[in-house]
Amino acid sequence: MLSFVLKRVAYAAPVALGVSLVCFLLVHLAPGDPLSAILPVDATAEMQAQMRAAYGFDKPLPVQYGLWLWKVLHGDLGTSIATGRPVAAEVGRAVTNSLILAAVATLIGFTFGTFFGFVAGYARDSWLDRLASAVAVFGVSVPHYWLGIVLVIVFSATLGWLPPTGAGPQGSGDWWPDAEHLRYLVLPAITMSVIPMGVISRTVRALVGDILHQDFVQALRAKGLSEFGVFRHVVKNAAPTAIAIMGLQLGYLLGGSILIETVFAWPGTGFLLNAAIFQRDLPLLQGTILVLAMFFVTLNLLVDVVQTALDPRIQRA
Amino acid sequence: MRPWSFRSPILGLVLAAVLALPAAAQGVLRIGMTASDIPLTTGQADNGGEGMRFMGYTAYDALINWDLGSADKASELTPGLATAWKTDPDDTRKWIFTLREGVTFHDGSPFDADAVVWNLDKLLKNDSPQFDPRQSAQGRTRIPSVASYRAVDPKTVEIVTKTPDATFPFQIAWILMSSPANWEKQGRSWDAVAKAPSGTGPWKITTFVPRERAELTPNKAYWDKARVPKLDKLVLIPLPEANARVAALRSGQVDWIEAPAPDALASLKAAGFRIVTNLYPHNWTWHLSRVEGSPWNDIRVRKAANLAVDREGLKEFLGGLAVPAEGFMTPGHPWFGTPAFKVKYDPEQAKVLLKEAGYGPNKPVTTKILISASGSGQMQPLPMNEFIQQNLAEVGIKVDFEVVEWNTLINIWRAGAKSESARGATGMNYSYLIQDPFTAFIRHAQCNLAPPNGTNWGSYCDPEMDKLFDQVRTTFDPAAQTAVLRKIHEKFVDDALFLMVTHDVNPRAMSPKVKGFVQAQSWFQNFSSISMDK
Repeated sequence: MLSFVLKRVAYAAPVALGVSLVCFLLVHLAPGDPLSAILPVDATAEMQAQMRAAYGFDKPLPVQYGLWLWKVLHGDLGTSIATGRPVAAEVGRAVTNSLILAAVATLIGFTFGTFFGFVAGYARDSWLDRLASAVAVFGVSVPHYWLGIVLVIVFSATLGWLPPTGAGPQGSGDWWPDAEHLRYLVLPAITMSVIPMGVISRTVRALVGDILHQDFVQALRAKGLSEFGVFRHVVKNAAPTAIAIMGLQLGYLLGGSILIETVFAWPGTGFLLNAAIFQRDLPLLQGTILVLAMFFVTLNLLVDVVQTALDPRIQRA
Repeated sequence: MRPWSFRSPILGLVLAAVLALPAAAQGVLRIGMTASDIPLTTGQADNGGEGMRFMGYTAYDALINWDLGSADKASELTPGLATAWKTDPDDTRKWIFTLREGVTFHDGSPFDADAVVWNLDKLLKNDSPQFDPRQSAQGRTRIPSVASYRAVDPKTVEIVTKTPDATFPFQIAWILMSSPANWEKQGRSWDAVAKAPSGTGPWKITTFVPRERAELTPNKAYWDKARVPKLDKLVLIPLPEANARVAALRSGQVDWIEAPAPDALASLKAAGFRIVTNLYPHNWTWHLSRVEGSPWNDIRVRKAANLAVDREGLKEFLGGLAVPAEGFMTPGHPWFGTPAFKVKYDPEQAKVLLKEAGYGPNKPVTTKILISASGSGQMQPLPMNEFIQQNLAEVGIKVDFEVVEWNTLINIWRAGAKSESARGATGMNYSYLIQDPFTAFIRHAQCNLAPPNGTNWGSYCDPEMDKLFDQVRTTFDPAAQTAVLRKIHEKFVDDALFLMVTHDVNPRAMSPKVKGFVQAQSWFQNFSSISMDK
């Protein structure tokens, strides 16, 4: 197992390097001037050149990449052009907020998705299956941006039950799991949870249906094992794949929630990415994308390790 | 009785304080801004006009401020940290500013001539210890005329311009004064100052959470007693998404939002919210190229385009939130004058003019216009441009659009119509701030400001117009200067320099609890008069 983990970590290193190069190049190849956010609209050519030199944008791209990577390896993601604040601090705070939101959304999605998946898998082709499948298809296909707005209109604007924007009440400081802060989490978390719910539900339904038709289940039943005992075996067999899917979903939610975080003004990575793109803040954009990409790489590694621990056949394969 | 005789004065004081509370407590006003972050808090704010509105003129003063007390007339300059200013009669390049007595920064340090020099160094002197590239980027081009400056005595500052320039007071009104003592106290770090800023303005910045919130409380010692804020607190929240702003207002999370989504206005009004609008110095326009080969070099074509646009229809399309342009300045503005060419909807006359210019149904004018999908002050560029495209097609002007990202458009604007980056376009859609002579007229139309020397994007050049610009710069009497500015605007309209379309009305939606707000005809506003109903 240890050698497997070491091997996986060794594989992850070049992937991480490649990811850093791609995210550096992608950001630099996009159109527009990175300094336009802070340069006044009628800045002179002299001032533009001066600012470009101050931020190192006058150097050749490979040199810029080298310098950036060197700093990154020393824990310095640079300074935001738009705000002058350290990118690492900005991203750190945003990642914390996004993790909270993504974790709660994944938990809700995983709970309901697994439930619907098992119901549909056990009751294949019944009306329960069709209902559960309909919910899953809704979760995967509904425009989440639209769903967020609908929830805001109903629960915030019309009923006034829940706050529509932000991560907490004014002056409350950083996020804290108290009742007031939890109220702010409800709508974005529900909106976001429909994505993993749909995906996990569809996966679990297929897995359960498949497992139930396998020979060992028939054998277990023939041996007189109770239906609950059979269920436990089904869960055990479905768990590695379901966990892999959940891990990936957590990664997607962490980075792919720009629209939802923007709708709810949730101060996470999606909101930060939106601001960075809007302000064309290259260091912030690069730093955020890099951290998210590294999170993906780490998550993949963790999922592989956990999956292998749960099902040693994967390692052998 | 004895204990009572001891306690009664204290009890009386407590009672008086309790009774006084309702009068003193004027509530908290929470504003949802369109910015995606809190504007720079160190003095020279970023985020354009909105940044200066909320984080500039609230916590800081300029030597000359804007009078924001009236909704009925265009805002004018008014004494700020300088009580008076004049030019040296022997050398009109020399401006003498007399500073206000007894003004202190929020940190308690005094405001004096050295502080003015220190603040100008902060923006203009690259090798000064306090030079701040971020603030410099925002402030430097606002004062292009400055050649030198010095403290004459603690209450007098002399600023010398490169050439005589009577528009200088408008320029210096952009420059905000932050506290040198506070910068020292914060370890000479602007990042530290950002968290604990200090100006002289009517509001003190007390809390600053990046990207989330800034809180301002009244500066009770503000030098202008009429502008000591009534509120207990002003909270600024960045909410860049229009629908999120509307939801935040409807749910009571904020009391005021900037730029509500137009399609939400009817429902907001129905729910009891107030929509406040006013004329303001903004023009949504097509800046026309005068580079060789551009069809807009023919005045008949320019006039035809201006006569082809159904501005009333466009206003209706925008839910009434627009003022149809009658010129470049807003109707009724002191600089409007009496142009001979009437900017109105007359498609028949437009067709006649095009025919005179040699165009017709089989030979339409063709033009390529650069537009953006969004952007500060751009209103709703895509549908608005399509509306105009249809209007122009009806008279025989065929328009092709190239949509570029807003920052790209800004860069093309800087580079000029002659540059390759303009992609052969003969016009661009841009919204302009028209609050002072330089930003309204000179930068777009002075011959020697064509790129790369300035932002005369279309390379327009007319010696007569240049003569008027020279005049406005050398006319130091305000009334006479206004008369010259009228002539400039008349020529601007009579020559149909731009396709002048509409003025935004800067709509904001607010809770009926918000009382006492007077929306000035300015990009900036006064928040001191506001109170909140219980």
